[in-house]
Amino acid sequence: MYVAVKGGEAAIANAHTLLAKDRRGDTAIPAITDAQVAEQLGLLVDRVMAEGALYDPDLAALAIRQARGDTVEAAFLLRAFRTTLARFGDTLPMDTGAMAVERRISATFKDVPGGQVLGATFDYTHRLLSGDLDAPVDVARADPAGPTPRVTDVLGREGLIEPDDRADAGEAPPDLTRAPLTFPLSRAGRLQALARADEGWLLSLAYSTQRGFGRNHPFVGELRIGAVELELFVPELGFAVTIGVMTVTECQMVTQFTGSAEAPPQFTRGYGLVFGKDERKAMAMALVERALRADEFGEDRTAPAQDEEFVIAHGDNVQASGFVEHLKLPHYVDFQAELSLLRTLRAEHGDDPGTKGEEG
Amino acid sequence: MSAPTYNFGYLDEATKRMIRRALLKAVAIPGYQVPFNSREMPMPYGWGTGGVQVTASIIGTDDTLKVIDQGSDDTTNAVSIRAFFAKVADVATTTRTADATIIQTRHRIPEQPLSHGQIMVYQVPIPEPLRFLEPREGETRLMHALEDYGLMHVKLYEDIARHGHIATTYAYPVMVAGRFVMDPSPTPKFDNPKLHNSPALHLFGAGREQRIYAIPPFTPVLSLDFDDHPFSTDAPKEACDMCGAKGVFLDEIVTDDRGGRLFACSDTDHCRANRDGAGGSA
Repeated sequence: MYVAVKGGEAAIANAHTLLAKDRRGDTAIPAITDAQVAEQLGLLVDRVMAEGALYDPDLAALAIRQARGDTVEAAFLLRAFRTTLARFGDTLPMDTGAMAVERRISATFKDVPGGQVLGATFDYTHRLLSGDLDAPVDVARADPAGPTPRVTDVLGREGLIEPDDRADAGEAPPDLTRAPLTFPLSRAGRLQALARADEGWLLSLAYSTQRGFGRNHPFVGELRIGAVELELFVPELGFAVTIGVMTVTECQMVTQFTGSAEAPPQFTRGYGLVFGKDERKAMAMALVERALRADEFGEDRTAPAQDEEFVIAHGDNVQASGFVEHLKLPHYVDFQAELSLLRTLRAEHGDDPGTKGEEG
Repeated sequence: MSAPTYNFGYLDEATKRMIRRALLKAVAIPGYQVPFNSREMPMPYGWGTGGVQVTASIIGTDDTLKVIDQGSDDTTNAVSIRAFFAKVADVATTTRTADATIIQTRHRIPEQPLSHGQIMVYQVPIPEPLRFLEPREGETRLMHALEDYGLMHVKLYEDIARHGHIATTYAYPVMVAGRFVMDPSPTPKFDNPKLHNSPALHLFGAGREQRIYAIPPFTPVLSLDFDDHPFSTDAPKEACDMCGAKGVFLDEIVTDDRGGRLFACSDTDHCRANRDGAGGSA
C-alpha cells in the first residue's frame, strides 16, 4: 500500500528511454540529420539560436532534433551549454551599416541609397498550401545597388531623429549573463534581455502597443537582414581581426516625439536586433524597446509594454517555462499544510452561525 | 565535436568563486537577499537551480550529500539532483540525515535535529517575502533597506481579522537576527522553529530570481506574529501510521476512493530510522 514515494530512480530511467524511442518515431521512416535541419528548417534554427542566445547553427540543429522540435526546450539546451563556455573577450561593436545586405526595406522612404531589396520573403506570397516544394529553382540573388547606409543615419544628418551616440556610449555595456539583473536597467541591458526574450511574448506586447496600450506611432525606418563581420581587438597584435561572420536581422522603428522643454520635436528610435533571420521578432523588439523608453520622453507609463520590470522579468522563456512547469513537481508538503488549515477554517465556519449564513 | 568535459561540480571555478562571494556576503548579513549572477543549469529553472548552484559551489570531495524533496530522498527530483552530483562531483551520497555534511532540500527541514558543521541548502522559488504584497523589486528592496515591514504586518493582521488565524501555512515569513524579514522557502511553518538558533548553517539559493541568502549558525529566527496571536506550528495531531512517530510532519496518503486515509512521516529517513529502532525520536 505504501508506494507513493518509492521507485523514483527506475521510473526516471525508463522515462528517458521512452523519450528516446518517441524522439526517433517510426523507424521505417528515415531519420533526419542535423544538416538537414540546419539547411531546410533555417528559420527554426534561427529562432532557437536567438532565444538560446548562442550563435551556432549546427548546435542549434542538434538541439532541435534532441528536443523533438520543441523550440523552448531546444533553446534551453543551448543555454545550458552556452553557460559553460569560457569568455575570451568582447568583440568590437558590430557595424550593421556595413552589412552584406540580403534583404532591406524601408517603409518611410520610397527609395533609399542602395535601393530597396526585397530578398527572400513570405510577404506577398499567397498562403496556399503548395504541392511542389521540391521543384528545382534557379534564380540569382540581387545585390544592392551600391552601399547601403542605414536609413536612420540618413535622417540623422538633418537632426530629424535623435542621435544614437548616447550619453552611456563610453561605458562598457552590462552583460546580463555575468551580472545579476537589477532594475532599473540601462538601455543596453534592456536590449540584451529583449534580444534573447521569447518571440511570442515580444510579439504580443508589441501588438498591444499598436492597439492603444502604450501607443507610440511607429514607422519601419528600416528593416535589414544580412551577414555582418565580427571583429575582435587583439592586444598582442595591436589591431582588430575578423573572427567570424553572423547573419542578423536589424529593425529601426522611427516614432514621433512632439518635443519637450529640453528637447526639440524630433523622431525617436526603437531598436531591434536578432540573431539570424527573424523579422517578426526584430520588429516586435523595436516596438517594445521604444515603449520601454517612455520615461526618457516624459510619456505616461500606463501600459504593460511600458513597464520594464513586467516586460523584462517575464520575457525569458527558459525561465518562464521552467517555473511554470515546476508545478509538475510534488508539492504535497505545502498542499498538506494548506489542507490542514482549510479543514480548521471549515470546522470553525460550521461552528459559527454568524458567518455560515453569508455563504449559504 | 569531441565530447565536452565538465569541471568538478559542473560549474567552472570562476563561477564558484562568484557564488562563494555571494554566500560570504549572505552569511555576513543574515536574511539579506544578495543578488548573484545565476547560471543556466542543466535542469530547468524552478526545479532547484539555485540550490544546485549553491551546492555545486560548496561541495568538496570529502562531503557526503543528502538530497530531499518533500522530506523524501526518493522523490523524482531528489533522485535526479542526487544523481547529478554523484555524476559531476563523484561525492558520497546518503539518505541518513546524521551522516550528511550537506543536505539539499526542497520544502522540508529534516525532523532529526541538525548538528554544527552541517549545511542545509534550500531551493527557493520566490526569495522575496514581500513579493505578493508588492510585485516590484525596486520597491521591495527599498522596503528591506528601510526595515519597512508594515505591509507584511497589515497582511497578517488582515488574515486574523478575516479568518481568526494567520492564513499562511508554508513559506511563513521569519525575522532573522532582528533585522531582515525572510522567506524560509516553501517549507511548512511546522519547520520554522527548527531554524531558530540552529547549530547548522542554512543557505538559500534562488536561481531564476538570482538571489542568495543565509542564516548562520546560532542566529535568532522568529516567525512573525502578534502578542495576542502567537505563532503556532499547528503540528499534526495524528501519529505516523508507519512508525508511530508523533509531533512530526505527516503526508496524507489517499488509499481508496471511499475516504480512506493513511498518514506517514514526510521525512522518510526519520520514518525508516524509527522503524529500524536506530535513532530518531518517536
